[in-house]
Amino acid sequence: MKPTFKEQLMRYLAGNFSCQDVANLVTDYLEGALSPKQRIRFQMHLGLCFACRNFLKQMKYTVVTLNQLPTDPVPPLIKAELLRRFKSWKAE
Amino acid sequence: MSSLPFQPLPDDAGVIKGLQEGDEHIFEMVVDRYSGSLLRLALAYVPSRAVAEEVVQETWLGVFEGIGRFEGRSSFQTWLFRILSNRAKTRGVRESRYESIGLGTSDDPEEGPSLESSLFITEGSGVGHWKVPPEHWEADTPERVLLSKECREHIEAAIASLPLTQRQVITLRDLEGVSSDDICNILQISETNQRVLLHRARTKVRAILDRYVKHELK
Ligand SMILES: [Zn+2]
Repeated sequence: MKPTFKEQLMRYLAGNFSCQDVANLVTDYLEGALSPKQRIRFQMHLGLCFACRNFLKQMKYTVVTLNQLPTDPVPPLIKAELLRRFKSWKAE
Repeated sequence: MSSLPFQPLPDDAGVIKGLQEGDEHIFEMVVDRYSGSLLRLALAYVPSRAVAEEVVQETWLGVFEGIGRFEGRSSFQTWLFRILSNRAKTRGVRESRYESIGLGTSDDPEEGPSLESSLFITEGSGVGHWKVPPEHWEADTPERVLLSKECREHIEAAIASLPLTQRQVITLRDLEGVSSDDICNILQISETNQRVLLHRARTKVRAILDRYVKHELK
């Protein structure tokens, strides 16, 4: 099948940006640190490559997961000790 | 007086004012909100949990000492994390005389090949393409992963195995949601360096999750 004009244009704009380049730059992309030119190439590559779209999504979901990783609650004894210290600090 | 379970912490101005005036209720809320985060961050600096717990205690003492002079030029959280970071660094140096910090020593971002390089074809016409294309993850993957205690433990173990500066960066950026500007300020590193460390850390966690998604969530 002949590539459509849109595909040809995307290929041209993606340049020779490889999947490996995408993987190496994915954090810079997500952190908004790519130059405008790199960003366009990155996005054009994504438009043409389902594997890299999957990879980007995996990285996003990894970050979402980490954002929600719970912390342990403070043990009651430690908290009581801290409150005691706060009171005595306040009394000074 | 016991605090209501869902009472939100006031904004920074409220927290700072409350602490400066010695409001116990505010202090209790601040302790509830930040103790777990402080411990998690301390563990990214010092090798043992016992020492990390001491560093957290010292951090709270640092809060008492400094809150009167705190003018709110950074967020309260950034200020708190910077106190911890400074105390933990001092402590980490002292402890490392007795105990090897192990992986944390060689952490040069320029060092070694990219972590991802083994995932790509290195010769022939397909150079730079995925050897095995990454799989599609369903939108509920984070939720399902977080529901599994086993998987949470895998993630925590993966983070714990990172070189220390990578662990510090991913803890601040992804676990605590600190901005990259503030992280550079807290850790005294450049933005580029910060992103390199973050990339390496995230990539390792992604690989752990990928294994889990492939084997357990199918
Ligand atoms: Zn690709």
